Amino acid sequence: MTMKTVTIDIDDLSIGYTGKHYRKVVAAHIRATIRSGELTCLLGANGVGKSTLLRTLSAFQPKLEGSIRILGRELSAYTDRQLARIVGVVLTEKCDIRNMFVEELIGLGRSPYTGFWGRLSRDDRRVVERAIELVKIEHLAGRMIQTLSDGERQKVMIAKALAQETPLIFLDEPTAFLDFPSKVEMMQLLHTLSRTTNKTIFMSTHDLELALQIADKVWLMDRAQGITTGTPEDLSLNGSLGHFFARKGILFDKETGLFRIDNEFTHQLRLDGCGQKYQMVRKALQRNGILANRHVNSGFFIETGNLERTGYIVHPPAEPPFRVEDIESLLIEVEARRASLTGIGE
Amino acid sequence: MKRQHTMLWMWLLLASVLIFFFLNLLLGSVHIPPGSVWNVLWDLGDESEITRNIIMKSRVPQALTAIVAGAGLAVSGLLMQTVFRNPLAGPSVLGISSGASLGVAFVILLSGTLGGVALSRLGFVGEIALTIGATVGALSVMAVIVYVSQHVKGNVTLLIIGVMIGYLASAVIGVLKFFSVEEDIRAYVIWGLGSFARVSGGQMALFACIMVVLLPLACLLIKTLNLLLLGDGYARNLGLNIKRARFLVISYSGILTAIVTAYCGPVMFLGLAVPHLSRGLFQTSDHRVLMPASLLIGASLALVCNLIARMPGFEGALPVNSVTALVGAPVVVYVLFNKRKSEFSE
Repeated sequence: MTMKTVTIDIDDLSIGYTGKHYRKVVAAHIRATIRSGELTCLLGANGVGKSTLLRTLSAFQPKLEGSIRILGRELSAYTDRQLARIVGVVLTEKCDIRNMFVEELIGLGRSPYTGFWGRLSRDDRRVVERAIELVKIEHLAGRMIQTLSDGERQKVMIAKALAQETPLIFLDEPTAFLDFPSKVEMMQLLHTLSRTTNKTIFMSTHDLELALQIADKVWLMDRAQGITTGTPEDLSLNGSLGHFFARKGILFDKETGLFRIDNEFTHQLRLDGCGQKYQMVRKALQRNGILANRHVNSGFFIETGNLERTGYIVHPPAEPPFRVEDIESLLIEVEARRASLTGIGE
Repeated sequence: MKRQHTMLWMWLLLASVLIFFFLNLLLGSVHIPPGSVWNVLWDLGDESEITRNIIMKSRVPQALTAIVAGAGLAVSGLLMQTVFRNPLAGPSVLGISSGASLGVAFVILLSGTLGGVALSRLGFVGEIALTIGATVGALSVMAVIVYVSQHVKGNVTLLIIGVMIGYLASAVIGVLKFFSVEEDIRAYVIWGLGSFARVSGGQMALFACIMVVLLPLACLLIKTLNLLLLGDGYARNLGLNIKRARFLVISYSGILTAIVTAYCGPVMFLGLAVPHLSRGLFQTSDHRVLMPASLLIGASLALVCNLIARMPGFEGALPVNSVTALVGAPVVVYVLFNKRKSEFSE
């Protein structure tokens, strides 16, 4: 196991923009560290300054105050050329190159190492091949960039960053524009890469759930609180996460360490049963404003049975019980008898 | 395209340049048999003084002018299209040609009005004055553009500013015309039609020398251009100094355009069309291929246009500008159509 060392050390950093007549501070007094061999996710609402922070760390824009030490040396002390071998980036801007093979593009990641003509040596080619292997896009290598989907393009850009052989990789919302399975795949890929290559991987994202499950460290960026960092679990236990996303309609479930939608209930209903079918019926009823579980006392109740039996048995208060086949019809039946449901607080 | 195919096409293009060069020596309003042309070229046998003069003083300079001018404009266009990431960019788009026109307009129109001499009667001195006027005009517009490019961020903004400078120049030219005598206006209009025939022997040598020195310098920019393809963010991350790169590419391209325009007038279209032709032919975005390809196609196409402009019947009356567009436009449309088809079928 390789050592996880601190590669980025940020102290009292202020980021933002300056012009001739103005100075806009986006975030101030940021203090945090990032380690190698870990996937660190930067979370925060739109406009809170995630991109500005990433841009500042990539030296695309100057910091306002404080210090950023990368590999023990102040960021501004690096020249452009040196930095090209230390930080690799994957940006949100879509690269609309035509008529270029995937392999060629990844090869451009070797530019900091190639000579006058930008020709790849045998070693360079080997690095490109290895990058392709790591991202598992061997099947794309011979394709033209313009024929790729967004997810494939994103992977190619990650391979480019790997070919750059930088100890640090910054990604600005690499999961945006991807479908759900691709998001999961992308995050897992980045997590795996951080482990296998011992690189420092720092990414911004809006995919909260995934970040909390996959990231090693999470940075919560907030206008009021500044930046809070830690493992998702620590942040969950000390209430930072719950506080961070405290909004109407979102509940942070401390037990699972994940978020769920906070439903507002008007009625309640007793639900008998267990297992998966019980959970599903409960979920469907709760979505419809009916608090349902086995601890509620109500004349109206529903038996879910278990997976071996099909259907559900509805027990309305003044009617004989009957069976329905699926949750869809169950909901219709319950809705028709909403008047006989017990209200909340009765 | 495979590597061998690329090499094969390069040789074919080189061969086409040579073939069209000899056709340019062979064909013209005066019939000269191929044998005589050959003898004059290698100084063999006894050919009449007239034949000698036609070949060495008219046809050879014209063909050489066409070669270097075509190559220069094509390379300049390729650079502009890459640095602005805009397929419609060309040497004329930044107002550099307009700047040259303005310079020439000042020389032609003011000399008549203020100096009381019609420049068209001054012969050699007039020719040099025109060249200087065009160069000064083009270079001063270029200086403005380069200055702006260092202070403006967006490429589109810069393009629009270039186009606006073009309009300004046209407006000033319009005012100058209004105060000028008819003879001078005619001289100006003829200059504006473009021609490879205007450059006489002595000046031709200077023009060719300048271009022979300048064109190979394009190689210095190949790696820069390939990186610029990725977009500013990625290029910068790979160690490219964007400001410097833009400065170099725009000034180099501007100087090429300025010099060609000074000697041949504003030759339209070649600079815009040739890069598209080379991309269509070689199916690549790699400037290591596109640069020589554009150079050869530009030279070849300019020779063809010169040939058509001089075809028996027209007696040199056809302006090069009309021919370049008449020949080039359909070819570009054809190439673009073919490209679309191949992309859809992928």
